[in-house]
Amino acid sequence: MTTLAQKSPAPSVAIALDARKPASANRPKATAEQLNFWYGPNQALKNINLTIPENQVTALIGPSGCGKSTFLRCFNRMHDLQPDTKYQGAITLRPDNVNLVGPETDPIEVRMRIGMVFQKPNPFPKTVFENVAYGLRLRGISNRTDLAERVEKALRGAAIWEEVKGRLNDSALALSGGQMQRLCIARALATEPEMLLFDEPTSALDPIATAKIEELITELRQRVTVLIVTHNMQQAARVSDFTAFMYLGELVEVDETSKIFTNPAKKATEDYITGRYG
Amino acid sequence: MAAALTLEEIRRGLTWRKQLDKVFIAIGLAALFGCLAILAILFFDLVRDGAPRFGWEFFTSFPSRKAEHAGILSAAVGTILMMLVTALVALPVGVAAAIYLEEYAPKNWFTGIIEINVTNLAGVPSIVYGLLALGLFVYRFNFGQSILTAGLTLALLILPIVIVATRESLRAVPRAIREAAYGLGATRWEVTKDHVLPYSTGGILTGLILGLSRAIGETAPIITIGALSFIAFLPPSPVTGQFPFLNFQWLWSEFTAMPIQMFNWVSRPDQAFQANAAAAGAILLGMTLAMNAVAIWIRYRFRKKINW
Repeated sequence: MTTLAQKSPAPSVAIALDARKPASANRPKATAEQLNFWYGPNQALKNINLTIPENQVTALIGPSGCGKSTFLRCFNRMHDLQPDTKYQGAITLRPDNVNLVGPETDPIEVRMRIGMVFQKPNPFPKTVFENVAYGLRLRGISNRTDLAERVEKALRGAAIWEEVKGRLNDSALALSGGQMQRLCIARALATEPEMLLFDEPTSALDPIATAKIEELITELRQRVTVLIVTHNMQQAARVSDFTAFMYLGELVEVDETSKIFTNPAKKATEDYITGRYG
Repeated sequence: MAAALTLEEIRRGLTWRKQLDKVFIAIGLAALFGCLAILAILFFDLVRDGAPRFGWEFFTSFPSRKAEHAGILSAAVGTILMMLVTALVALPVGVAAAIYLEEYAPKNWFTGIIEINVTNLAGVPSIVYGLLALGLFVYRFNFGQSILTAGLTLALLILPIVIVATRESLRAVPRAIREAAYGLGATRWEVTKDHVLPYSTGGILTGLILGLSRAIGETAPIITIGALSFIAFLPPSPVTGQFPFLNFQWLWSEFTAMPIQMFNWVSRPDQAFQANAAAAGAILLGMTLAMNAVAIWIRYRFRKKINW
């Protein structure tokens, strides 16, 4: 049986410095096999097979309604919150080979291992500190100094510490949109997830805030495996190591980002990235 | 392009359409001030009729056969204690029911029937609640014609109001906030207790107070369960000088309430009692308005703190 205790030690900054070496570049963190998904009678994902490499950024691109967000939300079982949804197939998480979408797997356990950042910044209407501390409190951490240390570390990791260190006890709703989104990233980072999901994290932000988030995502890859949905192809090109193109619920093509954007294998991919539809 | 209007025609049409706008504003204002004026006249009429009776003595006296010595002490205390029981029962039960319906219940036909009936309960005549309470609380459970019985009855009466108001404020918590909490690994109860409930407290309390301000004036159900109209004693004090400083004997005490006292005075032939009734009415109306003011204040405070 697989348990949380058996998982690899939580990634830390110390081991992150050499994490970009080629040896780890192709070690898989998660693998989707024959994944199908239904909203009621409508099949939204068809037979997806995809490997997410560890400590890399993988981008999901494709036109609206192609299923990229649906696919992303399978990884932390967000669909379980909606009635009448069905998974089939597997997403295997390494190293313990848990099937994330298996009926035997507890969705809450999955969400405690895999963090998510949403499309619109969604901080809790609590203080900055409490926003970041919430995930830790859920894990039973209540020691003040311990909490404060971890909150600071997460805020630093999300490149927002300098901006908010003086107002940790102010409402998070007083921050700007870009700061809120980085706070949400800090909130997700605080619990040291193995994988971080981004669902169009910059679509509600201005270009400057977007640039900061993108820079952050490229840094994050040193500690955590990132899967990002974006409708912005330049963004995919800027931040990701691998890009997967989806269309009508199917995975059309996946390869190294540079390859997808310069020399895609499939005609549909080429048409999409050159702006012929989407 | 054949049907294009000339500038002249556009302006003429616009004048007419703007006139219509003004007509509607006039009708709306007339309706609004009509209602407010009636309420104001009623209130001032009560105050004028009751004016000779306002005074410290009116609040500190028990009912009496002599109109000029009669006061509302027992009625006001009865009403306050009754409201306390009502609030303490209606709040947890109503909020729990609303949380279940909104957050936990599967969306199927059975839940649908429950939802429709909760809404229907709000329309049941209050005397029916009185009869139910008479049979259930007074005769079956032997609670007597007490403050407890009255409080429970009124709690039943306002439960639908509390449930509907609570559900609405739970529903107002954005899905994005729930997803954020679930995404961190929270269970359904943790999401509810740490986020949904705290963020909807303003709406819940507002609903409770609006329910209470309906209950405070209810007469029929408490007459049905047998509230007395002449009480020359106070219930045992809830707070005592000895450990444990709390006393629940008052729950079992017989009581009277403001609307009952008014009803009693109005039905007396002696004209002098009419002034008492008017004064009590003005005070009851004042209590209701004060409660509504508190509701508005609470809503305003919570809105300011939380804006999505």
